Amino acid sequence: MDILNAIVVLLNFVIIPATAYGAQLALGALGVTLIYGILRFSNFAHGDTMAFGTMIVILCTWGLQAAGVTLGPLPTALLALPVGIALTALLLMGTDRAVYRFYRRQKAKPVVYVIASLGVMFIMNGIVRFIIGVDDQRFDDGERFLISVRRFRDLTGLEEGLGIRTSQAITVVVALIAMVALFWFLNRTRTGKSMRAFSDNEDLALLSGINPERVVMITWLIVAALATTAGTLYGLDKAFKPFTYFQLLLPIFAAAIVGGLGNPVGAILGGFLIAFSEVGVTYAFRKVVGYLGPEGWEPAGMMQLLSTDYKFAVSFTILLIVLLFRPTGIMKGKTI
Amino acid sequence: MIEVRDLHKHFGGFHAVDGASLRIETGSITGLIGPNGAGKTTLFNVIAGMLAPTQGQVFMDGEDITGLAPHRLFAKGLLRTFQIAHEFHSMTCRENLMMVPPGQSGESLWNTWFGRKRIADEDRALRAKADEVLEFLTISHLADHPAGMISGGQKKLLELGRTMMVDAKIVFLDEVGAGVNRTLLKTIGDAIVRLNRERGYTFCVIEHDMDFIGRLCDPVIVMSEGRVLAQGTIDQIKANEQVIEAYLGTGLKNKAKLEGIGA
Ligand SMILES: Nc1ncnc2c1ncn2[C@@H]1O[C@H](COP(=O)(O)OP(=O)(O)OP(=O)(O)O)[C@@H](O)[C@H]1O
Ligand SMILES: [Mg+2]
Repeated sequence: MDILNAIVVLLNFVIIPATAYGAQLALGALGVTLIYGILRFSNFAHGDTMAFGTMIVILCTWGLQAAGVTLGPLPTALLALPVGIALTALLLMGTDRAVYRFYRRQKAKPVVYVIASLGVMFIMNGIVRFIIGVDDQRFDDGERFLISVRRFRDLTGLEEGLGIRTSQAITVVVALIAMVALFWFLNRTRTGKSMRAFSDNEDLALLSGINPERVVMITWLIVAALATTAGTLYGLDKAFKPFTYFQLLLPIFAAAIVGGLGNPVGAILGGFLIAFSEVGVTYAFRKVVGYLGPEGWEPAGMMQLLSTDYKFAVSFTILLIVLLFRPTGIMKGKTI
Repeated sequence: MIEVRDLHKHFGGFHAVDGASLRIETGSITGLIGPNGAGKTTLFNVIAGMLAPTQGQVFMDGEDITGLAPHRLFAKGLLRTFQIAHEFHSMTCRENLMMVPPGQSGESLWNTWFGRKRIADEDRALRAKADEVLEFLTISHLADHPAGMISGGQKKLLELGRTMMVDAKIVFLDEVGAGVNRTLLKTIGDAIVRLNRERGYTFCVIEHDMDFIGRLCDPVIVMSEGRVLAQGTIDQIKANEQVIEAYLGTGLKNKAKLEGIGA
């Protein structure tokens, strides 16, 4: 029995990575859920919006690095983030003007928007691949570890080490700041309340003098901030590849739906739920069990439920179960 | 003054409003009556900018306001209530009322960050106003209840309260009285008269309760099958053969039906 080592292994391989991944999914799901709540459609272009924002951040980071500007131990990308957000906001508002506003005027059905967003997705997809290519891009710089595995071992004298990457720590901190700012905005400011009112009852909001175009524009602005932040954090933590961002659509939608579409708190819960399930199910628990059992009882198998190749099956299964048994999600969002 | 000129609203082949022309004089409390399905609510929807007319125009004080967005009309002082009460489900009754007045400082993103003091002052005034309105409507005790939880009649009161939050010019009330108990109905009637006299609100009131209409409204407009059938004082209307045939004869039946729904 060696509980300490077991905990360290669990922290190092499951809890810390899942927390960082969960925060990234939560930010992504918040964007999806806001669009659903206010514009009333499932935006399939969200993954590629994240890719676009991240691409701008990467290009800007490279520029800054070339000019010799860095943030010291922190990744330079944080400095480039506002630029990414601003350009993504322009892109989204432009898309709204060019595409979605037309359907809004027609009072089109949600399914029409969904298909339109599919088209937008393909276009954004093309723009990103055209500009930055299809390959992996790494853009993290600065200090790699907050605490490295070896230092942890030296400090504690434990057999197992615990490493915390800078990108993981930054993800959690930035995500926390973004979420607090978002909730403060939605609950405390007049504009945020107008957005909630609009999401709650559109007809009444219109007749209460709320300008729908303004609400929509501010929604896109917030979505741009959330999507670019989520994408950049994911890219710093793993790597940037357009196709990966497209694939993120599944866990992100699963998170938003599990949490209850249109419900921001639910999106956050959903993000962590999906991340922990995904990491937990695909992790080999052999070592943890080995430490917990008596000496020499280390199991022969890997104690791994699914190979990491099947990680998307996790989101998919959770999604299926939720849609079958509780279609409004954990936090009672809107039914789809 | 609101003037509606030859207004049509078709849903597919169905003519819900079929060439209605009418005037609502400034300072009046105009009644709008007619059998179920006559097109009264649809007419309101078109005037308030919720639906685009198939044909025809709406003027407000001589200005063509046809097809203007609801929030623009709101800014001009044109308000309406819904026949089926609407509310911001997850907000409290007080917050529901506080949502109404537009153009506050808090609306601008700049002020959100840099004009905190001004917003706080405005908020306080707004809150006091909302509490006053709730008091007036005798639902002060519901101030902190989520509006989604209150009863149907109480939601109707909240609808009326919403129009009292701003200085409106003209208010369209779509059956505010349906589902509200008798004593309260009298209170609502008095409120309408007071708002009309003291604050100069013009009203256009849809009601099926002829006593209520008779007590408040002059003139009364009767709609039937999407058209204006008659117009005049309540006594003229009650004596009008066509109206009796189209509406008043079936009035009792309608009222019973409505109260059944309201209960
Ligand atoms: N969106 C719509 N699509 C199709 N038909 C509609 C629509 N809205 C209203 N109608 C039809 O138009 C007609 C007029 O409806 P409206 O609601 O204006 O009647 P009303 O005079 O308000 O009746 P009531 O006294 O029952 O409220 C009805 O026959 C209704 O079925
Ligand atoms: Mg009606």
